[in-house]
Amino acid sequence: MAPNNGNKLNVPAPRNRPGEAPEFHNLDIPDAGAVARPDVMMDPKEMFGYANSLIRVLKMNNKAVGEWDPGLCADDMRKGLYDMMTTRIYDDRMQNMQRVGKMSFYMKCRGEEAVSVAQAMALDDKDMLFPSYRQQGLLISRGRDLLDMMNHCLSNSKDNCKGRQLPVMYSWREGNFFSISGNLGTQFCQAVGWAVASAYKGEDALAATWIGEGTTATSDFHHGMTFAAVYNAPVILNVVNNQWAISSFQGIAGGEKSTFAARGVGYGMPGLRVDGNDFLAVYAVTKWAAERARNGGGPTMIEHFTYRADAHSTSDDPSKYRPEDEAESWPLGDPIERLKQHLIEIGEWSEEKHAEAIKEITALVTRKYKEAESYGTLNSGERPEVSSMFEDIFKEQPEHLRRQRQKLGV
Amino acid sequence: MAKMNMIQAINSAHDVMLEKDKSVVVFGEDVGYFGGVFNATEGLQEKHGIQRVFDTPIAEGGIIALAIGMGVNDLRPVTEIQFSDYIYPAFDQIVSEASRLRYRSGGEYWAPITIRTPCGGGIRGGQTHSQSPEGIFTHVSGIKTIMASNPYDAKGLLISAIEDDDPVVFFEPKRLYNGPFYGDPKQPPQSWEKHAKGEVPDGYYTIPIGKAETVRVGSDLTIVTYGTMVHVSLAAAEMSGYDVEVIDLRTLTPLDIDHIASSVCRTGRCIVVHEATKTGGFGAEILSQIQEECFWKLEAPIERVAGWDIPYPHAFEWEYFPGQGRVLDAIKNVMEG
Repeated sequence: MAPNNGNKLNVPAPRNRPGEAPEFHNLDIPDAGAVARPDVMMDPKEMFGYANSLIRVLKMNNKAVGEWDPGLCADDMRKGLYDMMTTRIYDDRMQNMQRVGKMSFYMKCRGEEAVSVAQAMALDDKDMLFPSYRQQGLLISRGRDLLDMMNHCLSNSKDNCKGRQLPVMYSWREGNFFSISGNLGTQFCQAVGWAVASAYKGEDALAATWIGEGTTATSDFHHGMTFAAVYNAPVILNVVNNQWAISSFQGIAGGEKSTFAARGVGYGMPGLRVDGNDFLAVYAVTKWAAERARNGGGPTMIEHFTYRADAHSTSDDPSKYRPEDEAESWPLGDPIERLKQHLIEIGEWSEEKHAEAIKEITALVTRKYKEAESYGTLNSGERPEVSSMFEDIFKEQPEHLRRQRQKLGV
Repeated sequence: MAKMNMIQAINSAHDVMLEKDKSVVVFGEDVGYFGGVFNATEGLQEKHGIQRVFDTPIAEGGIIALAIGMGVNDLRPVTEIQFSDYIYPAFDQIVSEASRLRYRSGGEYWAPITIRTPCGGGIRGGQTHSQSPEGIFTHVSGIKTIMASNPYDAKGLLISAIEDDDPVVFFEPKRLYNGPFYGDPKQPPQSWEKHAKGEVPDGYYTIPIGKAETVRVGSDLTIVTYGTMVHVSLAAAEMSGYDVEVIDLRTLTPLDIDHIASSVCRTGRCIVVHEATKTGGFGAEILSQIQEECFWKLEAPIERVAGWDIPYPHAFEWEYFPGQGRVLDAIKNVMEG
């Protein structure tokens, strides 16, 4: 081998692995309220600072501060809290049911509830959502019946995806919620296409899409960013930086060299970096981006700085690749706890009401789940008609599929 | 009626649909102001406006993703992938997304998109401008694949593709753009001027997707083919001295197997001809289905004439191209054993 000339292969690795203590003291976290709120039509060239800071509203003493405070009324905040709690309780129940074999697979969003719930609230119902697989809070906030969500996950006779999709790959046309692919990132530029069509038609609706920080490495990310910038599409491009892509920490996706929000600036659009566990901050940046898009200001990229507090899915064990108590050590806390404490702080909520809400939601989830099971599960009871698996390949069934269906005898 | 070459016919299909349907938008690399590297969209931006006919970044995956999103928002996008050799960066969006969207969403969403792409060799394009990748797409459920062999069919089929609510990959054999090609590069180029299929109505008409056409009636054997090889096969049929039937598939999937089978069961002999590489090519599928439908009527083994299993070599284009000689040899084999 040639003598070392200073070149060295760099394979990024997280600071801590299983058996070690988690440490986050290296993170540069500005105080809540420290970042100014720019005019919604500000030139992206002047906005680089926003991509390298962190927009925060909720202080750790539970007060809401600064220019980004959206000034939400207590009812809206309680709705947000309630929807986040519902999302978490729903997730827990579904994961448990997966564990006992009622469905093949499940994915929780623990720790990331604010991203989807606050964003759904900040957008209009007419806005089209192109999510990844960890934004179930969008559905819950928009009022999708938990029963329908469960029916899908159980692949039962009332699954609107007709038993064709892995659990959590929801679709809900009525709620302007796009069919989740399962192939990472493919929806990113599709959302741009939807937004371009909205602009073509002269309509007011915008599109929003979500990927994880790991998926920023795909060509789909680059396509979405490029096409959105080129056509000035009314779209919000969300990167949920939850630190982990299955077992790969964010450095494997290039997070050590710059923030993910900084990529937005390179494409000529604002890149906002927000505390993803701060319901009010997520709501506020989404409102900002939506207002910008509706005013003809085009796309905004938002990096939600958060932490995936549970496994990637039911198929991996995070204690095999990260310190076991890392989630509890996340310096930006838990989104539900923080909004709850804020509401208590301003006298609009209490521990008693919270306990009552948990009871109420748990009862609802239990009741819905029982009903869902009565329509079948993956392994027992009613399924969709077997013959339906030959449908929806095309709008009209071609002859060869009719013959294949007959061959199966259905 | 007008005399049109294949480029003009394709241009006219766009023009007719842009006129007819406000939801039709046309885009791809260089298709806007410039009108495309083969001029297929020439003049359309000027006539229909920059918002309806426009250039895209050089990103095939992005082009198809954009089209899918626009399709979901009630538009009818018509995209051009400049060469089918460049279609691979869009493979995931076509195969995993457009083709399965209707299925995976239980019919809630679909992708009414058209993907036009020039294919095939014989134009000194080398290995990156000559491929025929249709067999990669015919293997995918949920997309329709078309390859037209003449101006009349190209326009009628393209209008059908644009109006179709499912994704269509529309292959255009670029060797046929300016005239039919009978497989002998030493002959002077032909134009569509004197060809019956060069007569193209100016306005709207459609040719149904999924229907093959018998372009030469015969009783000794059936050649099943599509694209450039339709003309090569016709020329070989003339020279062979046998009474050869030639079927132009026009649509590859869904395959019009009933049309093929009724011919082969009658003639008892068959050759499948395509320009694409042989192994795993669409010819294998056609052959297999004919065997399923016609085995007891066959008088001889079915032959395949196809490109060799190599990239399209620049300097050996005519050694690669399955020309008249190879089709004639196959006819001889099948007829004489």
